[in-house]
Amino acid sequence: MTGDAMVPRRAADAVAVARAATLQSLTGSQRRGRLVSGIFVILMLSGVALAIAGLVALIVFMFAEGGGRMTWSLLTNPPSTISPGTAGYRTAILGTLYVIGGVVFMIVPVGVGAAVYLEEYADKDRWWNRLIELNIQNLAGVPSIVFGILGLAFIVRGPIGLGFVAAAGSITVGLLVLPTVILASREAIRAVPSSISDGALALGATRWQTIRMQVLPAATPGILTGVILSVARAIGEAAPLLLVGAVTFVTFNPRFFSDGYSTLPVMIYQYSNRPQEEFRILAAAGVIVMLILVLALNSFAVWLRDRFERRW
Amino acid sequence: MASEDQRIVTTTSAEGHWSLSASSPRYGEKAVLVFFWLCAVLSVAVTTAIVFSLLPPTIGFFREVSFSEFFGETVWAPAFATPSFGVWPIVVGSGIVVVIATMVAVPVGLLTAIYLSEYAPNRIRRVVKPALEVLEGIPTVALGLFAFWFIRPTIETLTPFLPWQGPFSIGVAGLAVGLLVVPLIVSVSDDAMRAVPAALREGAYALGASKLEVSLRVVVPAAISGIVAAMVLAGSRAVGETMVVWLAAGAGNPTVNFDLTKGAQTMTAFIAGRSTGDIPAEGVVYDTIFAVGSLLFFATLILNMIAMRFVRRFREVYD
Amino acid sequence: MKKSLRSAALLAVLALALAACGSGDDAGGSDDDASDTAATDDSSNGGELTGEVRLDGSSTVGPLSEVAAELYMEAQPGVRVTVAISGTGGGFQKFCEGETDANNSSRPIKDDEAAICEENGIAYDFIQVANDALSVVVSQDLPIDCLTVDQISQIWVNESTVDTWGDIDGLDLPDDLAGQPINLYGPGSDSGTFDYFTEEINGESGNIRIDYNDIGEDDLAAVNAISGDPYAMGYIPFSYYQESVDVVKALAIDDGNGCVESTPENVEGGTYTPLGRGLFVYFSDTALARPETVDFADFYIENAPQIAELAEYVPMTPEQLEEQAAKIDLLAGR
Repeated sequence: MTGDAMVPRRAADAVAVARAATLQSLTGSQRRGRLVSGIFVILMLSGVALAIAGLVALIVFMFAEGGGRMTWSLLTNPPSTISPGTAGYRTAILGTLYVIGGVVFMIVPVGVGAAVYLEEYADKDRWWNRLIELNIQNLAGVPSIVFGILGLAFIVRGPIGLGFVAAAGSITVGLLVLPTVILASREAIRAVPSSISDGALALGATRWQTIRMQVLPAATPGILTGVILSVARAIGEAAPLLLVGAVTFVTFNPRFFSDGYSTLPVMIYQYSNRPQEEFRILAAAGVIVMLILVLALNSFAVWLRDRFERRW
Repeated sequence: MASEDQRIVTTTSAEGHWSLSASSPRYGEKAVLVFFWLCAVLSVAVTTAIVFSLLPPTIGFFREVSFSEFFGETVWAPAFATPSFGVWPIVVGSGIVVVIATMVAVPVGLLTAIYLSEYAPNRIRRVVKPALEVLEGIPTVALGLFAFWFIRPTIETLTPFLPWQGPFSIGVAGLAVGLLVVPLIVSVSDDAMRAVPAALREGAYALGASKLEVSLRVVVPAAISGIVAAMVLAGSRAVGETMVVWLAAGAGNPTVNFDLTKGAQTMTAFIAGRSTGDIPAEGVVYDTIFAVGSLLFFATLILNMIAMRFVRRFREVYD
Repeated sequence: MKKSLRSAALLAVLALALAACGSGDDAGGSDDDASDTAATDDSSNGGELTGEVRLDGSSTVGPLSEVAAELYMEAQPGVRVTVAISGTGGGFQKFCEGETDANNSSRPIKDDEAAICEENGIAYDFIQVANDALSVVVSQDLPIDCLTVDQISQIWVNESTVDTWGDIDGLDLPDDLAGQPINLYGPGSDSGTFDYFTEEINGESGNIRIDYNDIGEDDLAAVNAISGDPYAMGYIPFSYYQESVDVVKALAIDDGNGCVESTPENVEGGTYTPLGRGLFVYFSDTALARPETVDFADFYIENAPQIAELAEYVPMTPEQLEEQAAKIDLLAGR
């Protein structure tokens, strides 16, 4: 998509000139049209405003509920059922970091690898390549809870059999976001003009040399943006983790491949329906922590895209 | 970098201009290709694994419960003393969420997309697009709690004349999911509209059309397959959403419910609740999880297939 | 030089691929490392126990075991106690596969679960850790304070004919109340609360009318709904009622011996029938063969009154405590 960014831009200039000319010659008869147009713009703006207002309301509400708990101890204290008033999310944050760390470790090589294969190597006329393509697009739409069932049957138990540990949660969520990363990486690779790789190939570079030294560096910002947005989504993912064991109360720092674990969203969910009021406040405070994390990651992705976006 | 390039040049000239075949077997190149291929094939393995984790218990389920009961009856009460396995109540629950969510998200999303693609100056685009991305990345637990703690009570206060009952509402759940899928609709239809060639717009302007006319009568129809794809993808996402509907729509009754002010169970909420509940984790009641999981899997599969059809159409026309 | 760079890159890619595919192999390795270091850490402390106790199961018993775990780890920092919450049923599934050491249970183990445990060679013992109850709650504005078990059953039983408050046999109600429909709230059929209530009140697990408002897992939500609805009725776990005595009213229940109120004293004393129940923890015998598990179980019973108080549960009676302590002695081989 970004590849032909030049076209709309040039088109926009042309459109502006054309419109100015049209308006000038037709002044008067366009008045009603302009009124309708104005209303339409207001409608559209309120559409945008509504969506953003929802986001703002959410943040304000959660602050009103849980703002009182926003201290460092919320991050550094372990969970506690004895004293919910001072309990923190330390182990849940750690669990989230484990899961996310594993996800990044897995989706970057595998996601980029699959994207490179599909964009640079695959012969689209072969049925198996079309199958892979179709399959990835479908997988991107499979509900997250179904990945939970998969994780339970194949990763926690079954062939991989890791048990109810952070590693299993990590692989489950990794598989869940993998299609999104592949799709984003494909877009980024496709946006690199073929003249660049053709040039490298003409100079005698091998396919892999071309990809490694020309295509991937040029596509990196796009790929990174895709990865970060997927990670932001992975942080908030709760449903599949409920099935693969992220429901554990641990007060010590868990280990990646053994101990039980929990993650932020799951813990927030569990706290939200405990009888004591303090837990509800704790849950709201947890939501704020999670939102800050997600917002920070998203802003980083935006910055990255702005900073490194190249137009060819 | 420079010396690297030089090396490549030297190699080619040294090996001669005459042969086009590689000078060495280049095992490294092949190993890399195999790695990339494995990465791509992994996704097929994942799909296969999903099917294999769903299928055996689903078959076990249908050995006990007939197809005609599952799809023909309208009471969903697997764990009751007189069990009934008619899946419609939770299918209707999911359906309501999809309908409400698209009803909310399509107008908002489409208007936003038209604005972004046709009207917005670049600096507004640069603010709105990332803001929508943030909205897309909102943890669903957060949105679910917000819907349950804030949206539902607020709407109830504003509309005391409606027969609100209980703490849950399938309508509010649909509304919240709608909020969640707005960004998806915006980004897919914005892509589709920006893919409409400028020539079409310029032609319309040249014929004296206003900007509004160009947007609504030229760009939207030209991008319609992309817009339809956006709606179908949003529907698919809404069907698969779990935490929001679980928190905001609750567990629901065993009977089909169309009342938006009441709670209702969806397929996803059923799976989440049943698999974390106190009932014994075996037997036909437990296998309902997988039967419903299979239904969900195929429902989203079909929706995605439809969406991809439409996406391909707009790609083919203008790319 | 260049060649080695290239092959290094290649190796790195392959290593990543291997790591991505073969994390299962790493599991054993890092596990061993970690427990080795843990063991050395603790041997320096002398006398203290090490190891881990993994609990899973009911969301009702979970918070209680969490408190026990917290207190225990203060006393025995070398033991890693974890408490997962995946429901009594999901917990027993893991327990009978040997994936956990103990299962929190809001009900006795079911026959088919026991059969799976036996099939997998998992023998077990259980201890009671607290008392619990279900409270039948109504709005504070409702002028009814007590119902018999039979009346409650009339309301809730499958294919019940009770639609309004006046339909209940043996109640003398003012006309304006008698004509009002009853709005019923109950937890989802996934929950142990549902299972227990239907069995005790209607005589059979899962025997319940299908048109009540299902509040799923969120008992707190039921409280909110009932407090705002003067004609509503629902049943919730006792701990949720304890948190909301100011907003809803629990009915006293007449099981043939007069009205008994839903108070901690009556639950503890065993007079609040039939909705009083015990909460249990099932330990597998394999786990009990390890000193830290027995020690934890011992600690749980020894401090049961304090744990129950901190978690805001109903403690066991002195007799129950004695009985459980004797059981622990037996398990510990003392």
